Formats: sequence, structure tokens, C-alpha cells
Amino acid sequence: MPRNISIFDIIGPVMVGPSSSHTAGAVRLGQVARTILGTPPVDALIELHGSFAHTGRGHGTDRALVAGLLGMATDDPDLPHSFELAAQAGLAFRFEEIDLGEDAHPNSTRLTVSDGVHTAQVTGCSVGGGLVEITNLDGYDVRFSCGYDTLLVLTEDRPGTITEVTGWLARHDINIAFLRVGRDQRGGDAIMIIETDHSIEPEILEAFEDYPWVHWARQVPKVEM
Amino acid sequence: MFESIAQLVALADERSQPLHEIVLQTEMANGGKSRDYLRGRMGKRLEIMQRAAAQGIDHPVMSISGISGGSAYRFWNWLEAGHEPLTGPILSRAVARAMAVNEVNAGMGCIVATPTAGSAGILPAVLLTLQEARGFSDEQLVDALFTASGIGAVIVRRAHVSGAAGGCQAETGSAACMAAGAAVELLGGAPAQSAQAVAITMKNMLGLVCDPVAGLVEAPCVKRNAAGAAQCFIAVDLALAGVESIIPADEVIDAMADVGRRMDERFRETALGGLAATPTGRRLAELVWAEKR
Repeated sequence: MPRNISIFDIIGPVMVGPSSSHTAGAVRLGQVARTILGTPPVDALIELHGSFAHTGRGHGTDRALVAGLLGMATDDPDLPHSFELAAQAGLAFRFEEIDLGEDAHPNSTRLTVSDGVHTAQVTGCSVGGGLVEITNLDGYDVRFSCGYDTLLVLTEDRPGTITEVTGWLARHDINIAFLRVGRDQRGGDAIMIIETDHSIEPEILEAFEDYPWVHWARQVPKVEM
Repeated sequence: MFESIAQLVALADERSQPLHEIVLQTEMANGGKSRDYLRGRMGKRLEIMQRAAAQGIDHPVMSISGISGGSAYRFWNWLEAGHEPLTGPILSRAVARAMAVNEVNAGMGCIVATPTAGSAGILPAVLLTLQEARGFSDEQLVDALFTASGIGAVIVRRAHVSGAAGGCQAETGSAACMAAGAAVELLGGAPAQSAQAVAITMKNMLGLVCDPVAGLVEAPCVKRNAAGAAQCFIAVDLALAGVESIIPADEVIDAMADVGRRMDERFRETALGGLAATPTGRRLAELVWAEKR
């Protein structure tokens, strides 16, 4: 969903250079992958598509993606040293080129991250000005831009889940801005992408995972410029 | 936020308030944040601008690709050595600061994208140099940043601010317009004179292509930031003297959008045309990418 323009979109973002799309946006894509995994990653396969693959290294895209995986901010002065910091943090990473197809945005990447137990795969693109869009999550086609706090819920695909999830949000006084549902053709699971007006407290989110039909729930925070 | 520069000026005239106050009130209404919060957050951004400008002047900053850097430091020291620049004592220092911030950006230093990283030198250079020359306070510079953001918001709404969408006119052109409108207000001009400065600045930068060597935010970006500061100063002086653009600001911005849309893709950040496609540009690109692979 498009974001409402703020003065801090114009006088901002505050960022480590050189490029809002190739550097700041890349940091944010790494952050999203870390958030989806939910734990610090120890292994990462970083696949670069299009312009990210061709001019990414001169723009520090590689270092920016790794910085994001480490949870660093777009204005962290240590961003140029993220490779060294990854070694200290025990994160092993490697880069490969990938062709995500003609329809993919030129600044796209696919990140496959693991904490040793769980794996998450996030495909997204940097669309300019530090803004990003996530297009695929663990094989599910999704589309969200971090213009809102975004709740992602993977559930069993059975009747009534949407009612239960929206009811649960209502009980916690959280207003839904946009809601979409996607389904894995192969399995019996469904994903909900819920953009909300307020962020959800971590304790509340954890309690939500106690529902037997909820595989996991993650919140990707709204991007603040 | 605002549909047009004309709307922004009309609101200021109606309420007999400066442009920065109109922008601040609108942001408070849209985002639900307090005046103190917004001013505080903008003040932090001003500090980052001050730090970046100082960094690029105090030390020679090299880009991470290694093909450029150190120009701001060299120029500043030439000025400090007592040389008399044709650009005069004020503009010359703005030129140095504009290059300094953009070199810090190319060296993976911290900057504020205003409106983009590639054009991040112009607004700080103009404001910080006016502060030095005319003694404006940090609070007045924060005011100016609100005015600049209002102008930028109109350009985003009517046109675009990325080189990929509209060429360099959309990046350094927009940055110079934002700086020009803000500078006129700082120097005591009326809201309508700020609008004139926006119109004159963009008119003089129409058609500028985005042709970065090796696709990197370095050459010609660093010197185009210097040029943007100069275009801004010309427009501010003219507007303050009461010189008017016969084409109003909003129509000039629409013309920029139109030129951007019709601009060949080779001139929109793809590094396939202009300086990027010169024999030297291609040779440097090969050098950079051979090293990085």
C-alpha cells in the first residue's frame, strides 16, 4: 500500500551512502529477513538480481544487506564494516547471482537465512528512496511495503481462521488497515498479510502463536524515515 | 501533503504565517505528532548535515570505488590559502560544502537524503553557508528545513525526485529548488518570492540527464551538487530583487515531469548514456567492476 508522504521522506532518510535504493533499501531488506526468521541468523545465502547484481558492489549493496541481516540500522556508521561484524557475530554468508525473471524489479534480492534450526526465505526489492517491497515469503506470493506495521501469520488452511485472527486483533484494540490472504498451492497452509495502524506488543504476538493452527506470527515494523 | 506551490503560498498569505509554519502545522495534522517532536527530529537531521559537511572539508574523503574523492578538501584548502574565487566568498564555500557532503555519501558516510542521497549536498551547503555568512541560528535553519520539505513534497506529488524516473533535473534540480525557496524565506523574502526562486531554479536545470559513471553516485554527482548550489544562489538573488519567472513554479515543475517522462532511458541512471558512455567512462566502469568481482 502506498505510504502517506511525510516531511521526513523529503528531508530523509538519514542513511549511510551512497544510494538510497542500493544501500539504505538493501539494509531494510536484510532487516526484514532477520525479522521473519525471528532469531539471529547464522547462515545466509544472498542472491542478487539485475542491478543489484551488476552495480551492487560499488554501491555497498553487499555490505548493506549483511548489515541488515545483523539488525543494523540504515544510519549505523559501522555499516561499511558489516562483513567483519558478521564474522564476530557468527554469521556465515555467501553471494550468488540469480535471475528472478523479467517481471522482477531490477533491484531485487532473495535472502535465505537460517538460525541453524529454522530457515526463512524472503524475496524483495528496493523501489527507491530507501523504500522496499517484499514479494515472496517462503514460497508464498505476498506484497507489502513496510508502509505500515505488518503482521504476517502462517496458519493451517481451514475455515474460520480469518475470523479468529481479526477477532483476536479486535480484542487487543488493533485496527486493520489492509488484509490479504495467500495460499500455498502445494500444502495445506495459508498466509495472512495484515497491515495495522498500531504495532503489536511482542508478548501479545507470542501468545498468539499458542493457537494450535498458527504455525508462526511475525511483525515487520513500519519503516520510519 | 500539498498539491501545489501556489496552494502553499496561498495558505501562508491567508494566515499571514511563514511557509515553514504552514508545513509544520500540516505535518502535525497529518501525522498526529507534536510541534516539539517534529522540530526535535528535524534538529537531529540538521546536526547530521553539519557533521557530514565538516567531515568532507576537514579530510579528503575517497569513494569506496576509489575513482573519485578529495575534491571538497582540495577546494576548501585553496580557498583557505587566500585565493579569490570568481564565485565570491559565499558561493565558493557553499560549493565546497555541497561537494563535501556528496563525497561523504560516496565514501559510505552518514548523510541525510535531501531529497535523495545523490543530491544530498545542496540543501546543507546552502543553509550552512548562509548560517556562517549571515549568522542565522540553528532554530532558523530548522525552520528552513520545514520550508524545504514542503517544496520537496509538492515536487514528489507533481513530478519525481529520482534520477531513474526523471534524470538529474529531478534530483539535483529538486534539491536546488528546495534550497532556493528556503533560502529566500531565511533572507526575509515573501512566500511568493520563495515560489519565484523555485521556478527560476528549476527552469535553469531542466533537461539535466542522470549519467553516472559506472552507475555509481560519484561522477558527475559530486560536481553537480556544486552546480545545484550555484543555480540556487542565482535564483535566490533574482527572486529577492523582485525578478519574476513568467512561467509559474507549478507549471515549471510539471514541465520537469514531462521532460523526465520523455527522457530516453539511457539518461535515467542506467549508466548507458552521457558521461557514463564516454570512452573514459566505460574504461573506469570496467576497472571498477573488474576489481569488485
